[in-house]
Amino acid sequence: MNIGKSIGLELGQSTRFAFGEELAALGDVFPTLVVVDGDVGNSTRTEVFGKKYPERFFNAGIAESNMVSMAAGLALSGHISVASSFAAFLTCNAYDQIRMGVGFPHANVKLVGSHCGISIGEDGPSQMGIEDLALMSSIPQMVVLAPCDGVSTRALTRKMLEYVGPVYMRTGRPDVPVIYKDGAAALEIGTANRVREGKDATIIACGLMVAIALEAAAELAKRGVECRVLDMHTVKPIDRAAIVAAARETGAIVTAEEHLLDGGLGSAVARVVTEEAPCKMAFVGVRDTYAESGKPEELLAKYGLTTAEVVAAVERAKR
Amino acid sequence: MIPNSSVPASNPSAVARSIRKSLLRMVHHANASHVGGGLSIADVLAHLYGGVLRVDPSRPNDPERDRLILSKGHTAAALYATLAERGFFPSEWLDHYGEEHSPLTGHTNHLVPGVDASTGALGHGLSLGCGIALAMQRDRRPARAFVVLSDGELDEGSTWEAALFAGHHQLEGLIAIVDYNQIQSFGNVCEILDLEPLADKWRAFRWQVVEIDGHDHDQIAGALARLPAKAGSPTVILARTVKGKGVSFMEGELLWHYRSPDGAQLERALRELDDSP
Ligand SMILES: [Mg+2]
Repeated sequence: MNIGKSIGLELGQSTRFAFGEELAALGDVFPTLVVVDGDVGNSTRTEVFGKKYPERFFNAGIAESNMVSMAAGLALSGHISVASSFAAFLTCNAYDQIRMGVGFPHANVKLVGSHCGISIGEDGPSQMGIEDLALMSSIPQMVVLAPCDGVSTRALTRKMLEYVGPVYMRTGRPDVPVIYKDGAAALEIGTANRVREGKDATIIACGLMVAIALEAAAELAKRGVECRVLDMHTVKPIDRAAIVAAARETGAIVTAEEHLLDGGLGSAVARVVTEEAPCKMAFVGVRDTYAESGKPEELLAKYGLTTAEVVAAVERAKR
Repeated sequence: MIPNSSVPASNPSAVARSIRKSLLRMVHHANASHVGGGLSIADVLAHLYGGVLRVDPSRPNDPERDRLILSKGHTAAALYATLAERGFFPSEWLDHYGEEHSPLTGHTNHLVPGVDASTGALGHGLSLGCGIALAMQRDRRPARAFVVLSDGELDEGSTWEAALFAGHHQLEGLIAIVDYNQIQSFGNVCEILDLEPLADKWRAFRWQVVEIDGHDHDQIAGALARLPAKAGSPTVILARTVKGKGVSFMEGELLWHYRSPDGAQLERALRELDDSP
């Protein structure tokens, strides 16, 4: 992956590998933690936990609906339960179970969906989670996390387990650039993190798009436009104060997400902007389509998730 | 006003009658549906809460209690009536079933004392029970998970995902009870999606099957006294029941899946129940 190279970011772990390793590392910190997986533990990386704690790991088979309600049943019995599969199967197949068994009773279940976005590449559209943020945001009181790199994924994995109540976290397949090379222990659920200062516009991004946003900001700086960049790792509850400050202090906001433009980060930011501090906005994301198979960076380019697209969006919003 | 019942819990037949009467009043008062499926499961509920379930109304959240998931959440009124009977909350609450600001929502609600899970979207209960039984098996705790299923919700694929899991993992603390009243939303089960041979299906998923008449108190008591029916297996009790049981003009009638009894029908139904042996 070449993303981030132009601004000196080093390639690090994928968010799914970071999640898997951190989950296993936290097994003794959270003794009531149990993990269920939909027979894809080698991909979601929960198998690392499963190998270390076989008596606390259950393979539910390829049956996401049952898996999610079982996770709810485990939570009802006093456990912190993590249920994991590909984002697409977890959130789409088991949506009704998430709604009834996790959302409504506010169960202490952590849902972790891997292979989010289109950067999974060759496996194609059936495996891509491009609607998970919208689906999980539509569950009342669900916390929705979309970390951008391995370091912050580890920090947010711990925060997720400390938090009491339902959480969804998406993770990605490819190795991604390191944004938090100095650590991410200070990250808090619900608080956006300013990863670049700027006064002329703000790019609010999550996941892989944070690195792309930083590249875009560097490009725009060459043209005399200084962009603030926010890592909005928590899509819900969204950091309203950070958005309002961005709108008032920089006057233009662009959102960037590896997700459909419907119901994801951009929608959530736009609602806050419209309610509290109207300003010009532009949106980068997957536009009302399914993607196809291909190499991750070729797909990102084809579907408009690039540095050039973010630069263009900032210029539109500044007009 | 639904009068307080003072029936001794030791007489399941009398408890069941009291549950049926409360249920009828509630459904009438709220102009609600699903009275037929409540009447069909009343006898089983009377036994479960009459001494089978290890629960304590003064400690409804005791972590070591047996759990009961009413997966057929549309018959919540029957469960609420049973819980009030057992002393989980004052029976006056039943007067406000289905009203705004009442915890007694139309479908089963976990906010009600004694209710272990919200249900109403079908096909979730057996999976919840699997998770509970799995936790208890893993933690070596004795609590059991009882799940009351409708026959109609056996159409749901997720029910069979759970059945497959429970059989494979030998969840002997999981007990499913099917209220096999032969009628689902739109007609007869055998005409919509025939479940037969139903016992064979459960056996094929490695469950121990017990078949009973779900209105015969000796058979209900006998089945619930010997659990698990076989060590190392989840148990399913196929309870053959009659939709609308106990009220002559409701028995076996699809209409009473939906209709709410009017005042005259309520009076007649209550009188029949009072006159029954
Ligand atoms: Mg039925």
